[in-house]
Amino acid sequence: MQKMLGNKKAYWIFVIPALVIYLVMAFIPIAMSGYYSTMQWDGIGEKIFIGIDNYLELVKDEAFLLSARNSLILAVASIVGQLIPALFFALVLARNIKGERAYRTIYFIPVLLSTVVIGQLFLKIYNPDYGALNAVLTKLGLEGKDWLGDKRYVLASSFFPIVWQYIGYHMLILYTGIKSVPSDIYEAAQIDGANERQIAWHVTIPLIKSTMKVSLTFAVIGSLKLFDLIWVLTKGGPLHASEVPSTLMYTSIFTRMEYGRGSAMAIFIVLECLLFYFLIEKFFKVENTTY
Amino acid sequence: MKKNKLTNIKPARVLLHIVLAAFAVVQIYPLIFLVFFSLKDNNEIYSGNVMGIPDQFQWGNYENALFNANVGHYLLNSIFVTAVVIIISDILACMVSYAIARMRVKANRFVKLFFSIGLMIPLHAVLLPVFIMLRNLKMLDTYQAIIVPYIAFALPMAIFFMIGFFQALPLELEESAFLDGCGIFRTFAVIIVPLVKPALATISIFTFLSTWNEMMFAITFINSEKYRTLTVGIMQMVGQYTTDWGTMGAGLVVATLPTVIIYLLFSKQVQSGMVAGAVKG
Repeated sequence: MQKMLGNKKAYWIFVIPALVIYLVMAFIPIAMSGYYSTMQWDGIGEKIFIGIDNYLELVKDEAFLLSARNSLILAVASIVGQLIPALFFALVLARNIKGERAYRTIYFIPVLLSTVVIGQLFLKIYNPDYGALNAVLTKLGLEGKDWLGDKRYVLASSFFPIVWQYIGYHMLILYTGIKSVPSDIYEAAQIDGANERQIAWHVTIPLIKSTMKVSLTFAVIGSLKLFDLIWVLTKGGPLHASEVPSTLMYTSIFTRMEYGRGSAMAIFIVLECLLFYFLIEKFFKVENTTY
Repeated sequence: MKKNKLTNIKPARVLLHIVLAAFAVVQIYPLIFLVFFSLKDNNEIYSGNVMGIPDQFQWGNYENALFNANVGHYLLNSIFVTAVVIIISDILACMVSYAIARMRVKANRFVKLFFSIGLMIPLHAVLLPVFIMLRNLKMLDTYQAIIVPYIAFALPMAIFFMIGFFQALPLELEESAFLDGCGIFRTFAVIIVPLVKPALATISIFTFLSTWNEMMFAITFINSEKYRTLTVGIMQMVGQYTTDWGTMGAGLVVATLPTVIIYLLFSKQVQSGMVAGAVKG
């Protein structure tokens, strides 16, 4: 037994293929990103070592600061716009309300759609001339807007689909958390005379804190990394108004051929995600609940 | 007193169902809107019927999307790429997670740590280096240009999900197999793997969704018509078909249909798979 499961050769035969692929596709590239970020380089010519100058320039770059600000706004919008409704619906559906399965199935559908599809779909909804949104507004006697072309509206318009898409995801995560609380805890609370609202507030929510933390981490990190939807809708425009760090990174690299600067942005995104991950870990310390 | 309470509860129940139904409409209407406009022609859209049911179903839009706009070809590419990624990443993840969960080798701690750090690496961070690597290897614009990175990034999640399943299996399984003279590879392939099929189904669904919908790598590493997957193909369609709502809509429906069908067939597994993905990741 020991001999079999301690067999080094067998172990490495199991592990090496995946290890090599992952090393080559993830770990080495991330180190390369770090290396490129210290260079001034257009991808073709000579690399010139400039230390941390790319990073220092980012702090002074208005478009970059705007993009970072936008992603933080999105993080807050996601927390408010996704987690609160998701918690509400999860609490309601977990009470075995009539039609629970159907609701759960429908709420989750947007999560499965490709961002390209959602982006194209919302381009049609927001279309200033023939779009669905303006059609409704006109019927109501209101004026239609150029939702994605106007600097004043573009941020809200492009963040809405993201928030909308993932409410169902968070609902399901929280729902699963609630369902894993043993039912005798609820029965005990009911016997003590608590009503449903009190049970939700004083029993369920405290017990699913660790699940809520998963949702929170997911919403925040997802916002900081967002790329696809903005790329489909606006590519960061007009005039950087809807820019997020990853779209700016993409245009820096592939449009302006600023490989060094773009890599600095990539590293910034990674560090920012790690920072927020640890901040959430630290400020929302929850012991793993055992029942 | 009691009667009073009852009459109080009822409107609240009704209100609750109205809220639930309204939210269901908000979640599903954009999709219905998509199906509707995929069946309209431009005249109808420009003359004001954007939202409603089509006057006349324009099935020609689908023919146009599938054959003239090549969405049919992109669909086959997406199916091919996704299938290869699922099969290879499932096999690799199974092997690694079995080794991590069961075998006692000193380096195990580091291997586990290696892949758990991997859970935190976003695609953005590797985009440019992988692009340069593929360019140097003359591998840009090929199937493997996206297949290999997709396999790599499917691994950490799959591995961590599988480890739990392997650990839950009783050790006696291997014990008796070894006593019967079965080697470790045969034991793994013949006895262990069949037992973790449900877990494999779950990670396959998770890998399917992330591969099928991935955009950043696809639009960067793939360009030519021949290798375009649905996400790239649709992004490229935009220029040519911006004003042809029906064909564009039909293309979007074709891109979405496989996902929705899989969801309706396996909604339970899809839901649990996606939750597992979030909780582990």
